[in-house]
Amino acid sequence: MIAYVLQRLIQSILVLLAVSIVVFLAVYGIGDPIELLVPPQVSAAERAAMIRRLGLDLPVVQQYLMFLGNALKGDLGRSFVHGVPAVELILARLPATFELVLLAMSVAAAVGVPLGLLAGLNPESRSSRAIMAGTVLGFSLPSFWKGMMLVLLFSVALGWLPTAGRGETVSVLGIQTSLLTLDGLKHLILPALNLAIPNMALMIRLVAAGTSEAMSQDYVKYARAKGVRRKRIVGRHVLRNILVPVVTVAGMEFGSLVAFSTITETVFAWPGMGKLLIDSIYQLDRPVVVAYVLLATFLFVAVNFLVDILYAALDPRVKLIGEMA
Amino acid sequence: MTSPLLEVSGLRTVFHDLRGSWPAVNGVDLVVQPGEIVGLVGESGSGKSVTGFSLVQLIDPPGEIVSGDVKFKGEDLRQASEERMRRLRGDRIAMIFQDPLMTLNPVLSIGEQMCEAILEHRVMSRKNAMREAAQALSRVGISSPEARLEQFPHEFSGGMRQRVAIATALLNSPDLIIADEPTTALDVTIQSQILFEVQKLSRETGTAVLWITHDLAVVAELADRVAVMYAGRIIETGTVDDVLDRPRHPYTLGLLGSSASTVNPGERLRQISGAAPSIDARPSGCPFRPRCERALPVCAEIDPAPEHDRGHSYCCHNPIPEGPVP
Repeated sequence: MIAYVLQRLIQSILVLLAVSIVVFLAVYGIGDPIELLVPPQVSAAERAAMIRRLGLDLPVVQQYLMFLGNALKGDLGRSFVHGVPAVELILARLPATFELVLLAMSVAAAVGVPLGLLAGLNPESRSSRAIMAGTVLGFSLPSFWKGMMLVLLFSVALGWLPTAGRGETVSVLGIQTSLLTLDGLKHLILPALNLAIPNMALMIRLVAAGTSEAMSQDYVKYARAKGVRRKRIVGRHVLRNILVPVVTVAGMEFGSLVAFSTITETVFAWPGMGKLLIDSIYQLDRPVVVAYVLLATFLFVAVNFLVDILYAALDPRVKLIGEMA
Repeated sequence: MTSPLLEVSGLRTVFHDLRGSWPAVNGVDLVVQPGEIVGLVGESGSGKSVTGFSLVQLIDPPGEIVSGDVKFKGEDLRQASEERMRRLRGDRIAMIFQDPLMTLNPVLSIGEQMCEAILEHRVMSRKNAMREAAQALSRVGISSPEARLEQFPHEFSGGMRQRVAIATALLNSPDLIIADEPTTALDVTIQSQILFEVQKLSRETGTAVLWITHDLAVVAELADRVAVMYAGRIIETGTVDDVLDRPRHPYTLGLLGSSASTVNPGERLRQISGAAPSIDARPSGCPFRPRCERALPVCAEIDPAPEHDRGHSYCCHNPIPEGPVP
């Protein structure tokens, strides 16, 4: 177990290093932020001073090494635009994104798993076919269009829910949350639904496929021969077996939503991390983009690690052993 | 004579496909007395497993039980509701499956899988159920049963898993155990241990056993009576001594002859010529006719009805004359 954790740690550091190089070079290649940052009326001397202050006059390799040196000290750079540390800027936006994703994934699982079971148990029935057809729609509708349609329907036409923003928030343990106010919840519903729909479809597909496969296994027939009730066969024998792939996908999706719910956050003007990323890319705010991608990578690595540990808890056959051990 | 525990007559189970319905079990008659061990013998595809599952009404589409009676302690199981059948399964009629590697759920502990067999039928605390499960495990020769209950199927060998299945079958002291080739996946030494234990347990608990197998040697060792199945029907049945020592049906004789122990070392193994007819190509008249050396013209016309001779019955127009096997 210890060997396993160590091995994963070394792997994670290598991944972070590789990603930092790629992102740094890519962002360097996008364009010169100076044109956007410096007002046109500024004198040439002031302009040169600003370039020097931001370290933009150095060759790219040197810039990267400086960045890396600072990063090892925990400093991922200051935002060109806001003048505050990039990490601070990103983390300040994290709670908004996090609560959105948490709600979206909960809804996706709460709806997706039962519907998937239903579709997997009676694949021939009319309702199962309808569910499966619905999942295709859920997958294929583009997020921005779906978001706008939700706004059109629930906000503009019906007037039930607000169109954008985060609404009223309260502070719990120093973190602002919309989950605990009625107004905040109202603002959450549409963006969370928009994020949940494709994941719901994914869960339904996954659970339905797993269920129909598990139901044909010998252990299900054996459980029936033991006189086990159908409810228990489905709820215990089948569900336990399909939980492993569901947890994997849910974990990966959770990571990717926290990092890249940019489209939904843009459509609903949700002040989360995704919106920050888009704004920073527009403004060529290099340190924020680099820090963002590195944090996202870190998040993925951490989530994957967590999922692996969950595997071992769910499937008794999985043992966490390092390859070197 | 006591009333039979299980009485099957005219059982027909068919499998549907796009071209029609094919009988896997085609008019099976079978009687099991309380406490007796009956061997149901046949080649692959003879319908013996389907018979076993038909008895407990565990036939899923595209299969369907179309006719016949299954009477268990006088109750007609074909009329029983699904809930009634669930109550009987695992409680009064237990089953042991062929492949112990596939039948235990890989992600649930042995203890949980044994306990559920008790708790789905009886009101009892989980702790007491665990105690009964541990007792059952030690009864089939598994040491330190309490620790074993915490473990998962992958921590057991094939033979141990089959012992778990047998212990599970015994949990509710059933009247009948249907064992579907339970030793086929095991090696020979484990097989004989398990046979010995099943025989002992059957004697001790008064549980009747229907032992489905393709292995006549197993039947000779274990059973009181034997029923030989061919192409979906029972073609000969009687006591083990009658059927194995004085077979009347040519197919039974062929099966006996193809057992390796009847051949001198170095000699070619004998086999019945031809192959068992597939489910969609059964011949007219007697299904064994194309492979039979004793076939008469009448065999192609009329499917022979069972002849009874003091508890020994057989379906043949030209049976082997009485007397010991040549």
